[in-house]
Amino acid sequence: MFRRIFATALLAGFLGGLGISVVHEFTTTPIILHAEQFESKSSAPDQKQGSVQNPLLILAHGKAGKADKDGHEAWGPANGWERTLFTTLANIITGVGFALILVACFSLSGGAINGRTGVIWGMAGFGVMSLAPALGLPPEVPGAMTAELVPRQGWWFLCVAATAAGLWMLVFKKGVVWVVAGIALIAVPHIVGAPQPARIGGAVPPELAGHFAAASLVTAAIFWSLLGWFSGTFWRRFETRS
Amino acid sequence: MNEQTVKTQDVLAASSRKVMPAVVAMLFGAFLVIGVGFAHSDTIHNAAHDSRHSFAFPCH
Repeated sequence: MFRRIFATALLAGFLGGLGISVVHEFTTTPIILHAEQFESKSSAPDQKQGSVQNPLLILAHGKAGKADKDGHEAWGPANGWERTLFTTLANIITGVGFALILVACFSLSGGAINGRTGVIWGMAGFGVMSLAPALGLPPEVPGAMTAELVPRQGWWFLCVAATAAGLWMLVFKKGVVWVVAGIALIAVPHIVGAPQPARIGGAVPPELAGHFAAASLVTAAIFWSLLGWFSGTFWRRFETRS
Repeated sequence: MNEQTVKTQDVLAASSRKVMPAVVAMLFGAFLVIGVGFAHSDTIHNAAHDSRHSFAFPCH
């Protein structure tokens, strides 16, 4: 069983990560690069002033823009093929990680899985990991005004856990009580509310930020469809071997 | 040890054989996603920057 789960997830994650890297290259990445022009244009003193006046307020910054205490900048890939290579690598590792979670769900569900049902599972992954958190924390373009990182990451995990548990109750449990509990659980993180910046008005034009939010969600839907289809197809193919 | 106890143990063993690999896979999958998308290391952040933004992980 170990071998079947890991072989399926490695193959599906690799292909899904590689596939979405091609899609990102023509969709989200050009918007990120465009946004970074505005981010670097907006004067550094202005950003610093903002952070001094309100320490809770920071800007989602561009690549390799972070210096340590001694003023040394951390390593970052150079623009061009190196940056594309590292983005692709990150997408593949993320793909394998999400595929492991998805395939583990196949295994626990015990239901019949193929490419088509895999896509349905993939859509559940999209809803849990991308769509639900986007309501509280819309996809951020570099240069957007944001609240502190750690509370936002904490809320993201809360939202994913609550949505996954709520969706499981809605799909796999029978009875009105489970339906009500499931819907309530999905709503909880949004009633609590995601951390929001104290002040808005980032360096990047709203047209660009809006386009990025849409592009990020559309590409996430494509990614999860690909991942679900590959995972379901390989999961079925490796059935006889385990 | 009566027959019922043996049966229960068999069911538990079969269930753990099914659940264990799935739990390990989920933990390892979460480790990979957190490493790429959430780790606070500046080097990992810079390397995975565009991927983090595209996947809409909270990023600085």
